[in-house]
Order: sequence, then structure tokens, then C-alpha cells
Amino acid sequence: MASALINVPAKAKRGDIIEIKTLMSHIMETGYRHTTAGEVVPRDIITSFTCRFNGSEIFRTDLFPAISANPFITFFTTATESGKFEFEWTGDQGFSETASASITVE
Amino acid sequence: MQQRPNSSRRQFLGLAGGAAVLGALPVVIVRPAEATPAMLASAIQNVTGGAAVRTGKVKLDIPPLVENGNTVPMTVTVAHPMAPEDHVRSIHVFNEKNPQPNIANFHLGPHSGRAQVSTRIRLADSQKIVAIAKLSDGSFWSASVDVVVTLAACTEDVI
Repeated sequence: MASALINVPAKAKRGDIIEIKTLMSHIMETGYRHTTAGEVVPRDIITSFTCRFNGSEIFRTDLFPAISANPFITFFTTATESGKFEFEWTGDQGFSETASASITVE
Repeated sequence: MQQRPNSSRRQFLGLAGGAAVLGALPVVIVRPAEATPAMLASAIQNVTGGAAVRTGKVKLDIPPLVENGNTVPMTVTVAHPMAPEDHVRSIHVFNEKNPQPNIANFHLGPHSGRAQVSTRIRLADSQKIVAIAKLSDGSFWSASVDVVVTLAACTEDVI
């Protein structure tokens, strides 16, 4: 079962640049591997990761089979106001997961 | 006792013999200045639309010697201010020898504060990794790193 790990500072000063770390558990099957019987293992990857803050998109990634299993993505953002980060992963075979984290900006 | 001839061993020996013959001949191989396979070039073309890509600004942090190609930590940093009127719009990472040239596209904005992203990637072979940053003024900057991989990823058989 898919699960997410999110690391967002709970508090920040206005104007601080904060780092956000995310990890989603997923096998990221490339679609280039074969079973011993010679059949191709169908591709099953996360294709898109989006982060929204208070509803507006602040970061987005397109993922390809060259991303390792359990995609780990870190990025930065500027703390402007208190609010909620929403994270969304979508992928093959109807994969869709969300997570959220709140921040207090002083 | 093995009854069936091992065809892959035969092929290998044949190839090795051929290579030895080739090596004995005074063949001069002229390497192109940029040893970029066509797939990598066309993937970059898709992003830049043919615009000139300058070297600089981008820093691609990746270990030069990788033991396990299944998880290779990678950090891309672009030394550029993130102001509303002048910022890094996106970062694109490509490879040379995986089955597919794309690794990831990161879309940023002025609110990002710092143009830096990290992730973990797969590498199927020792190869060149290219990171390209697109700035808000439409210019492209790049950096490339050669990585040696001892255990390849992506295409191994499922046991």
C-alpha cells in the first residue's frame, strides 16, 4: 500500500527559504524488465508529482522510468504566509495519492 | 555434460575474435567532439526548441563513481536569482544510455526561493548526465557530468 513521507518545517519566519522533502513508496517498474519467461513486465510508474500551497501550484515534476523506486524529491519554497501544502502523486494504472502538511509563518 | 551448444558463448567468442582482428588493423576512429547519441539530442531539442544552450550557471551534483545504478542521488542547483521578473522556470535532466533519454522535468517559479532540486535516479550504464535550466528570459543553461556505474539498473531480469 502506498504511503507518503513528508518533511516540512512546522514553523518558519516570513521570507525564509524552506526545504521540503517528500518520499512516496512505489515500485516504479520501468517497463524495460523481462521475466525469466521472456515477458515484458508492464510499466508502472508515478508520472507526475505536484505541490500546491493554499491551492496554487508551487512545484511540479514529470517523472520518467529513470527515477528510482520510492521517488524521493526535495525542493525549496519561500515561506510567505501560514497555510497548507498539498502533495499529489499520479501515475500508471490509476495510481493517485495525496498528502498534506501545515506550516505556521511568523 | 552439456548436450546443447551454448550459443551465447559462441557468439561472444565470435565477437571477441572479430574485435581482435579489428584491433590488429590500423583503424583510426574519429570521435565526434560531442559524443551525444541521437536520442539525447532530440530529447534536448524537444525542450529547447532549437535554442542555443550555454554551459554554466547549472551545477549537477552526482557521484562520479556509482556502485548501484538503481538509486543514484542527484542534486541540481542553478546559480540564478529567483525574482518575479527573472527566475529559473524549469530544470530538465537527461541521460545518454538509459532506454529512454528523459530522467525528470522540474517546474519551478519565483516563489521557489532557491533553484535547487534533489532526487534519486536510475542509471543503466556508465554515461553522461545532462541538466538543462530554462530561465524566464527564455535562455537555456546546462551542465553535464560523466558517471561510471558498476551495477546497472532498469533492464535486469526479474528473478
